[in-house]
Amino acid sequence: MTYRLSHLETLASEAIHIIREVVAEFERPALLFSGGKDSAVLLHLAAKACWPQRIPFPIVHVDTGHNFPEVIEYRDNQVTDLDVRLVVGSVQEDIDRGSIVEQPVPGATRNRLQTYTLLRVLEENRFDAVFGGGRRDEEKARAKERVFSLRDEFGQWDPRAQRPELWSLYNTRHRPGEHFRVFPLSNWTELDIWQYVDEQNLPLPSIYFAHRRMVFRRTGMLLAVGPWTSPRDGVASEQAFETTVRYRTVGDMTCTAAVESHASNPAEIIVETSISRVSERGATRADDRFSDAAMEDRKREGYF
Amino acid sequence: MELLRFATGGSVDDGKSTLIGRLLYDSKQIFEDQLEAVQRTSTARGDEYVNLALLTDGLRAEREQGITIDVAYRYFATPKRRFIIADTPGHTQHTRNMVTGCSTADLVLLLIDARTGATEQTRRHAMIASLLGIHHLVLCVNKMDLVGYSKERFEEIREDFTSFAERLQVYDLTCVPISALEGDNVVEHSKKMPWYGGLSLLDHLEGVHIASDRNLIDLRVPVQLVIRPISNEHHDFRGYAGVIASGVLEVGDEVVVLPSGFSSHVVGIDGPDGPLQKASPPESVVVRLEDDLDISRGDMLCRPNNRPNVGQDVSAMVCWMSERPLQEGAIFAIKHTTRWARARVRSLQYRLDVNALHHDSKASELELNDIGRIHLRTTVPLFYDEYRDNRETGSFILVDEQTNATVAAGMLRRPTG
Repeated sequence: MTYRLSHLETLASEAIHIIREVVAEFERPALLFSGGKDSAVLLHLAAKACWPQRIPFPIVHVDTGHNFPEVIEYRDNQVTDLDVRLVVGSVQEDIDRGSIVEQPVPGATRNRLQTYTLLRVLEENRFDAVFGGGRRDEEKARAKERVFSLRDEFGQWDPRAQRPELWSLYNTRHRPGEHFRVFPLSNWTELDIWQYVDEQNLPLPSIYFAHRRMVFRRTGMLLAVGPWTSPRDGVASEQAFETTVRYRTVGDMTCTAAVESHASNPAEIIVETSISRVSERGATRADDRFSDAAMEDRKREGYF
Repeated sequence: MELLRFATGGSVDDGKSTLIGRLLYDSKQIFEDQLEAVQRTSTARGDEYVNLALLTDGLRAEREQGITIDVAYRYFATPKRRFIIADTPGHTQHTRNMVTGCSTADLVLLLIDARTGATEQTRRHAMIASLLGIHHLVLCVNKMDLVGYSKERFEEIREDFTSFAERLQVYDLTCVPISALEGDNVVEHSKKMPWYGGLSLLDHLEGVHIASDRNLIDLRVPVQLVIRPISNEHHDFRGYAGVIASGVLEVGDEVVVLPSGFSSHVVGIDGPDGPLQKASPPESVVVRLEDDLDISRGDMLCRPNNRPNVGQDVSAMVCWMSERPLQEGAIFAIKHTTRWARARVRSLQYRLDVNALHHDSKASELELNDIGRIHLRTTVPLFYDEYRDNRETGSFILVDEQTNATVAAGMLRRPTG
């Protein structure tokens, strides 16, 4: 027999090691769960890391109120199946309370508003380590972030003051009020995620796979016709039409775009991803398009 | 598919970021929108050509200053291998990043400008790679287009570097003449250098044999977590979770638990995907033993006749990573395998002069980016091996107890009498 591990086995073992370090060294961990494929893989690995115990920490969902119903259904199924505690942070409640103010534009994205709700939930629950599904291949600023990434008492990230991270010896020391964001999937790529989903037969929200949907084009992206976004009257380029699409990421319905695709299972998506020439975030996330440093700026403020 | 992790090193203007941009671009890992963003930025900055370095320089300050500040991790795959690159900055003041990048690497790729040859920084990075136990070194002599693709120049640089590397512990040194900008010998063998009979850089990276670098002899499993579910279904379950740091563990094996010294037999190994008969590094497993022993995080499983060193007085090479110098007598938190303890610096033996490879035993402190040999006294015994035999049980970090900053990377040496 050979003692070599495949790249997926190596990555999964690394992620499990990271998750177990958190369980061992922190008092109040939590896992950020968006219902997207990365957080689905993360949750699956958390279950493996703790097996045969059930996951001993809650999952946190920041609910923008602009959700795909398929994703909420998926979230609730996962919570039941894994018998895990769910903490929901509602952006709508923070808006109603007047804590944050929505831009006065119909269909405005709540992407940036999420940061307030996220930090409020973390603080109220005194979470000291929060798992995220972020991957370093997603974006340039993420490529420099540590696996154990320290946040100050305001939830802020300082990219210039990051601790060196050596071997697999993670420095988990922090002051009261500070917390860590922990990224067990740091070294995974989009392709690895899909290969793992395929190999492990992981369930995902149905919007990841090809389905018929009413969509329209805006700034080169395909947005779903829904309760919060629809073609603007008198804008000729925004004609609604039905086509076969799937989503590559799951986010706020107002800023997550679909791609035209007939891929109906992970294997077909792998083929499509392997030949795709547009990155995941570039294709489908209006929120990353603001500037060259859009992600860095949001991360500094405390974003995911 | 196998995973290969490599770190890059070299001086500031040797073109590391350009080479990585080229590897990603030529192996078709760069997406159109990322390339378009780079083209836009290049044009805005008035660059003469598309600046591939902008693909990897992620932070705002880096793009503004045109330098790389921090270790950036990059990913690509070919049909043969999956790669993780730790792209480390070339500035002297960021040498600690080279140590960081090397700590998880199988191979180090060093860039040299063909016009200048090896610099102090190149030698420093080669020394760090050797110190960090990297077996494979690839010297890329870059900017061959600027020296007329001269064979003589390449040979001169190669001989000079080879004689330097003889004084280091480098087991496998390969030199490749390339032009990152033009793409010569990066992915495809270049027609402009017919005199070069070796492999292109990517061919070499795809083929280099790393499977034997792992230690499959000395079984070490640092206990990370004790798993005792509180449920009727798994009422009597007691498992010890951890990574196989080295060696091979098999069901039925006799193991000894440190520090207690009690022995037992392995009755079950559970991997991420279910029960295993055998497990090897770096797999995350849960080990179940025949006997009910008192075992907690920080303990270690090994074999009765192959045990690590056990001691509170240890000797180590450290790379100092803090603005505040290391001084004798100082106390730090230490993390070694899965345990935290405290450690006092009993003495500083010498500071390593990286350029002359000379031991400066008169040094009274280590400054930021210095490398030196120290003696430590720890509050509890460490179960350790020499770093060169075992990276997992031979490495540690020191943490400042006031600031919580990671201030040193340490590599343990053989115990001294």
